[in-house]
Amino acid sequence: MIETILSNIALIIGTTLMYSTPLIYTSLGGVLSENSGVINIGLEGMMVIGAFAGAAIGYFVGDPWIAFIGAGIAGGLFGLLHAFACVTFGANQVVSGIAINFLGAGIALFLSRMFFEGATMTKSIPLDNKMPRPLNGVFPDGSLLNIIFDNQYATVYLALLMVLIIWFFMYKTKYGLRLRSVGEHPTAADTLGINVMRIRYLAVIMSGVFAGFGGAAMSLAIVSNFRPTLVSGHGFIALAAMIFGKWKPQGALLACLLFGGAQGLAVFLGQFDFEISTQLISMLPYVITIVVLIGFVGKSAAPSADGIPYEKEHKN
Amino acid sequence: MKLKLKELRKTLYIFATEKTIGFTLISIFLGLVVGAIFLAAAGFNPFQAYWVMLLGVFSKPSYISYTIIRATPLILTGLSIAFAFKTGLFNIGAEGQFIIGSVAATAAGYFLHLPLLIHIPVVIISAVLAAGIWGGIAGYFKAKFGVHEVISTIMLNWIALYFQNFLIYTKGFQKPGGETSYSIQPTANMMILKTWKQSEAGREWLLQHPFWKDLLRTPMNWGFVIAILMAILVWFILNKTALGYRLRAVGFNKFAAEYGGINVNKNMIISMFIAGALAGLAGALQVVGVSHKVTLIAAMEGYGFDGIAVALIANSNALGCILAGLLFGALKYGGTKIQMFPVKAPSEVINIVIGSIVFFISIPKLIKVILTRKNKKEGTK
Repeated sequence: MIETILSNIALIIGTTLMYSTPLIYTSLGGVLSENSGVINIGLEGMMVIGAFAGAAIGYFVGDPWIAFIGAGIAGGLFGLLHAFACVTFGANQVVSGIAINFLGAGIALFLSRMFFEGATMTKSIPLDNKMPRPLNGVFPDGSLLNIIFDNQYATVYLALLMVLIIWFFMYKTKYGLRLRSVGEHPTAADTLGINVMRIRYLAVIMSGVFAGFGGAAMSLAIVSNFRPTLVSGHGFIALAAMIFGKWKPQGALLACLLFGGAQGLAVFLGQFDFEISTQLISMLPYVITIVVLIGFVGKSAAPSADGIPYEKEHKN
Repeated sequence: MKLKLKELRKTLYIFATEKTIGFTLISIFLGLVVGAIFLAAAGFNPFQAYWVMLLGVFSKPSYISYTIIRATPLILTGLSIAFAFKTGLFNIGAEGQFIIGSVAATAAGYFLHLPLLIHIPVVIISAVLAAGIWGGIAGYFKAKFGVHEVISTIMLNWIALYFQNFLIYTKGFQKPGGETSYSIQPTANMMILKTWKQSEAGREWLLQHPFWKDLLRTPMNWGFVIAILMAILVWFILNKTALGYRLRAVGFNKFAAEYGGINVNKNMIISMFIAGALAGLAGALQVVGVSHKVTLIAAMEGYGFDGIAVALIANSNALGCILAGLLFGALKYGGTKIQMFPVKAPSEVINIVIGSIVFFISIPKLIKVILTRKNKKEGTK
């Protein structure tokens, strides 16, 4: 009895990790951008283009890591576009982000139709060319560790590592301090000789790279192709997780895990023949998120200069 | 001659850089240029594609009707988002509010048996109330618990989606053997001349009048008229009433409004209620006018997200939402035409065009910079 319970818990932990991973990458992207003072509501579009680039490169080249990096570059290009609008031209950042969402979906599907004979779904990547599963078969069959880690793709571990790296970068290095200072008080940072524009550019581009990784973590690992409904809103959920996690990498991680956990629970409950409909169970992650937000998170505060374009004062 | 050019450029500068319709028009033009570049790069003839789109929207009465039918829900979701924007709230939840509206409309349209002239208003009012409450929940969460409306409305969207799917699998609501609900009663149907179109006399008359035959081929309904009336109403509420003044004050500066004695929390809830009601109306009109039922949805249908773009293109102006919605409807409906022979280009280019339009709208400074540079060059000569 206890064994069944434990193995069920292990199963839920496994699915939690799987579902959280794309969200973790993407919300890390959000953390970077918004801490530099640029709202990034375009994460969804960047994720879509990353998912497409990952699947397409993975299919044509056959190497998952090249595909993963390609997805990051594709996302990064959209980040560059967002930075161009928001940093150089002082754009309304929400508007630019919405534009990125339309462009990401539009360009991904347009290219898919061009490269895959008019289909909006890319061809499947064979299992051998998908992301490797480093702990596949390492633990004995049926053991709890095996249930959790056997089917986890490399992207899962990399995501957790990235949280650590970004956390270290933001709070333990001088570049991280600069990033945060630019997001809190750009004028003061500027006076101290920090190049506000450059830091914001880099942060927004990197946020695109991470969102691209997030998309590829779906199309190269969880499934093996790109389709129009693949990302469907996960970028927005990552955005919510980032706000929920109070604009901090560790907070975003917890929010993503909570969401992934609720999804894992929903998948777990879905396998039983309950009287409850699977549709109602599918609501769980979203309901739980709202309940948790109401329950104890309370008001969250964005970086002070988040959303405000920075302009040097001109001498006339 | 030179002086004239300079003046022209100056006028153009003001025209293009102030938040005017001129700036919007230039952004739309640039968006179409970007779309053309994509088409050309992929080996299509952009002029041919745009020509086919233009013909596909205007060349037949039924095409115009389809365009208007496409535009109707977008005008309303656009209004919903524009309204919330004016109050300083970002309603990403129009998507879910639309769903709740269409579900409530289907339920009221199917379960209730009412006389013709009463049924449609009852259906619409119940949908508007349900969706208004759905939107109001997000406002309440924000007012009471400080939950960011962007997060709560994103979550509520998904809850609404699964709620609709849940109902579709519910006995009594699900049409046996299909993944759809039952259709609404004929008394709740708002299609124009629906019964007459199928009657003997009607068919005969239409046979002799090809224009009307083509026009009435479409599920033409009163939705568009209602959407326009709503846009005028929203404009009136925002600009001519005390409520609108309070809502705008909250949007302009929350703290100043509070100081001035306006109950910020109450107004946030009211604003989200109205925004939800507008998006719900879009869903209701879609049901009574076009679809007559709800079906299983695998992913978000995009009425709410497209509405964001409509609101942005309209610069959150209620009346502008009508034009922006029509533009959007035309692009979306016309876009389907280029997928077919003879162009056979991906219709997704429309999303690229829309994205580019919104992108250019986000950067009024770009056009300013380009024009200033030209002026400067002129000056040094």
